[in-house]
Amino acid sequence: MKVFDAVREAAHTLRTQKLKTAFSAIGVLIGVTFLIAVVSIIQGMNVYMEDQFANRLIGLNTFQLARNPTVNTGDNSDEEWREWQRRPRIRYDDADYIEARLTTPGIVSRYCQDRATVGAGGKIAKDITLIGTDPQYFQIKNYDLSEGRIFTEQELRTAQPVAVVGSLIAEKLFPGLDPIGKEVAIGGIPYRVIGIVEPQGTMFGFSMDKFVVTPYSAPARRFICPIGVLDYVSFKAESPQAIQVMKDEVQSLMRQRRGLRPGQADNFSFTDSKSALEGWNKISGFLIAALPMLVGIGLLVGGIVIMNIMLVSVTERVREIGVRKALGARRSDILKQFLVESATISTFGAACGVGLGIGLAFVISAASPLPAAVAPWSVALGVGLGMTVGMIAGVYPATRAAKLDPIVALRSE
Amino acid sequence: MSDAVIRVVGLTRSYVMGTETVHALRGVDVEIRRNEYVAIMGPSGSGKSTLMNLMGCLDTPSAGEYWLNGQEVSRMSDDALARVRNKEIGFVFQTFNLLPRATALQNVELPLVYAGVSSAERRRKAATALERVGLGSRMDHRPNELSGGQRQRVAIARGLVNDPALLLADEPTGNLDSTTTEEILGVFKGLHAQGQTIVIVTHEPDVAQHAERTVVIRDGKIASDKLNRGAAA
Repeated sequence: MKVFDAVREAAHTLRTQKLKTAFSAIGVLIGVTFLIAVVSIIQGMNVYMEDQFANRLIGLNTFQLARNPTVNTGDNSDEEWREWQRRPRIRYDDADYIEARLTTPGIVSRYCQDRATVGAGGKIAKDITLIGTDPQYFQIKNYDLSEGRIFTEQELRTAQPVAVVGSLIAEKLFPGLDPIGKEVAIGGIPYRVIGIVEPQGTMFGFSMDKFVVTPYSAPARRFICPIGVLDYVSFKAESPQAIQVMKDEVQSLMRQRRGLRPGQADNFSFTDSKSALEGWNKISGFLIAALPMLVGIGLLVGGIVIMNIMLVSVTERVREIGVRKALGARRSDILKQFLVESATISTFGAACGVGLGIGLAFVISAASPLPAAVAPWSVALGVGLGMTVGMIAGVYPATRAAKLDPIVALRSE
Repeated sequence: MSDAVIRVVGLTRSYVMGTETVHALRGVDVEIRRNEYVAIMGPSGSGKSTLMNLMGCLDTPSAGEYWLNGQEVSRMSDDALARVRNKEIGFVFQTFNLLPRATALQNVELPLVYAGVSSAERRRKAATALERVGLGSRMDHRPNELSGGQRQRVAIARGLVNDPALLLADEPTGNLDSTTTEEILGVFKGLHAQGQTIVIVTHEPDVAQHAERTVVIRDGKIASDKLNRGAAA
């Protein structure tokens, strides 16, 4: 018998037993659904974390110099924390020192932030990210303005109380009005709104538009950082390759400035998009490692279900097997028939699982801030695994069928 | 080459059951020529089923020779026997043994599937075989949509579809009423007239009477082998 004929016959048999086939396939279906959904979510998270999270938070080709890592994975020891607390802070003059000596081309930006409440005309916006920085910040964040302008080097030097606000702040404090030129109160100090940043959307469900950017020299700086102190200095290199060169240079300049001897550890930290992703990579690595076990359980159960159904099916069809043998079916033909049938069931289950998994991933991504992206390899793996499970599960029942004595089989009821 | 379709020499078949050896056939010699129509009769336990299984290449003898269409088949492997069954023998069973979920046409195609015939060729040959037994208009019906006589015709068409050297029928009318029995025996008669070699196993003398020749088995041996009176000779 040709394989094509075997597949056609299996499809025919399974079509006439739809419910039984569906139930047999359910284990494999669940296993593959799980595989596709989890991989899609992880894959989506990977893309999201790299494109959106790390690059948006830190900036493209950018690293940050700070007292301690600016993005934390949360599993640092108390000792590490205490060591970080003992380190000297990054100060304005540290940034000046490096900027004056840095030879790698790029952009340097000073940064400080805190939570603050901003008010205007009786309206209040709470829990706003208040940022003290310089004009270069807008370049590093790649912010475009929907209205107005950013503040100038001149305004920074002269500590003008001017503010560029996020789109949500503009909407909330000045609904239906043009906020440009209007006043907002930050810690009771009046600032003039000079620009509005284009909407930045959300990250993990949190709005990225609830911020106010001011010159770090401006009066409200005392609400942000102790005077003279910065949260971090950002360095944007011209290409991904240049990051390391620039970082090495900044590192040696900092060591030189702080008088660290060779062998002494740095008492400052760098954070870039790669290190920001470390925590996520740990989590996704764990999920990917746990996945085979979870999928494996689904497929194992699925395989056992299929094997049992196939055994029942062989028992039910002993007479049919006898007839087929009488008509000229060889052992290998009968073996093929049942193997193909079993593989068809589980491939069908796997195919449904792929569809369901993709559906599930998209439902999850639509209903929650988790993103989803289907990994083609997981689809191929899912279908391949499904087929393999069916083949393996079919071996024993098919062998039993193939071994039947035609005379005994023909006589059975 | 002689025109013997079946030549059986000293055919013996014994089974070991526990400590006892049961001799089902104790040396049978028989020859059936091309285009013969032979009935094999015998009471239950006579060994006629064993002989039929051996003739049908479903079983192999303990001793003796079995030449089918010029081939010595008694020492063949399982797979070789399967091929012989597929090419040389057409089975007709008492209980029809059609696949319930397949149409008449698909049932008749089945031996051709195992012969590796292409799907278009299968359809053509199966349709021809169904027309030969007068079921050309019922090809797409399933067995449960057909009468007993029609089912047995489908089974006969299935037996014929590979142009076998031998059509081997095991109690083909055992499940049919007398009218239908006549109908089916008429089909056999027609096939015989077209040159088909037929062996029919039965315990009904009326049925055996339709054949040209009756071989009676008793206690594992041939008790009688004679031409039927009245049958065309």
